[in-house]
Amino acid sequence: MTWVAILVTAAGCYLLKLAGLSVPPRVLERPLVERVADLIPVALLAALVAVQVGGSGHHLVLDARALGLAVAVVLLLLRAPFLVVVFGAALAAALVRML
Amino acid sequence: MAATDDSSSAELSPAERAVIVRDSLGVGVATGAYGVSFGAVSVAAGLSVAQTCALSLLVFTGASQFALVGVIAAGGAPISGALTALLLGTRNTLYGLRLAALLRWTGWRRALASQILIDESTAMAITRGSVPAARVGFLTTGLSVFVLWNLATLAGAVAGTQLGDPRTYGLDAAVGGAFLALLWPRLRTGRNRVVAVAAAAVALGMVPVSPAGVPVLAAAGVALLAAALTRGTDPTEIPEAHP
Repeated sequence: MTWVAILVTAAGCYLLKLAGLSVPPRVLERPLVERVADLIPVALLAALVAVQVGGSGHHLVLDARALGLAVAVVLLLLRAPFLVVVFGAALAAALVRML
Repeated sequence: MAATDDSSSAELSPAERAVIVRDSLGVGVATGAYGVSFGAVSVAAGLSVAQTCALSLLVFTGASQFALVGVIAAGGAPISGALTALLLGTRNTLYGLRLAALLRWTGWRRALASQILIDESTAMAITRGSVPAARVGFLTTGLSVFVLWNLATLAGAVAGTQLGDPRTYGLDAAVGGAFLALLWPRLRTGRNRVVAVAAAAVALGMVPVSPAGVPVLAAAGVALLAAALTRGTDPTEIPEAHP
């Protein structure tokens, strides 16, 4: 199943890119379509943050991952590079689990 | 590929070209390097090294890749992960619409260029004043990210398999950090911040009552609702080159 999902994602993501370069702009360049396309990444990424950090199976939990996220927020406010943010969050969670 | 269209490339002075190439390579190195985190997170989610590398080679758009492995890591069906990844991939269509007139490629060149149509290559091409300058920015950024992202993915995945339990190293927390870092540059407007908070709340509310993977897809409904209800004049934001 994982391979199927990978191949579906690969084919779909490629066609989405190709469509942008191929379709006449008039077809998709409308205010509503633009707003949807602008907001979908915002909504999905925010949901992914929430579920990754607060979800555990069918339960909501507050654990070391929340501390990792808090550290990520601080690092982003300090304009740290992507890798520093990601591994900073990991390090914070790892350290708190060692306690 | 930059050398395949000499007639229009000739309009670009060597000095201008050098500046664009230098800036683009900088973005390529900075972005490509974080493929390490994708590789490590992906094997921690239970994907094999081969599956992880296939994602970086074939899907090649970071947020979608992280989404697919994130949903699988949370216990969701791989196909919900694929749907989430595809929804995130729709923004590349918008980028393509904006870039088509600037890059003016057709046929096999357009087919090849499509694979490296991502946030960073768009950001480094969209601001250029001429076709050759846009092409140099797009190709240099896209190709350098592609090569480095794939090498870094392999390195991260191989390292990840040596680690043992990923939770010991906090790699489960790294996923949340990665999504937040991808989201961050999009939170500049009040409307986007409201949508982000509402989407997170909807997703969390769905966790106890729906199969894994569904909460994230449900959050897309917040985007649709907000788009239908707002009359904003906000142009679609092209993210900054540096994530």
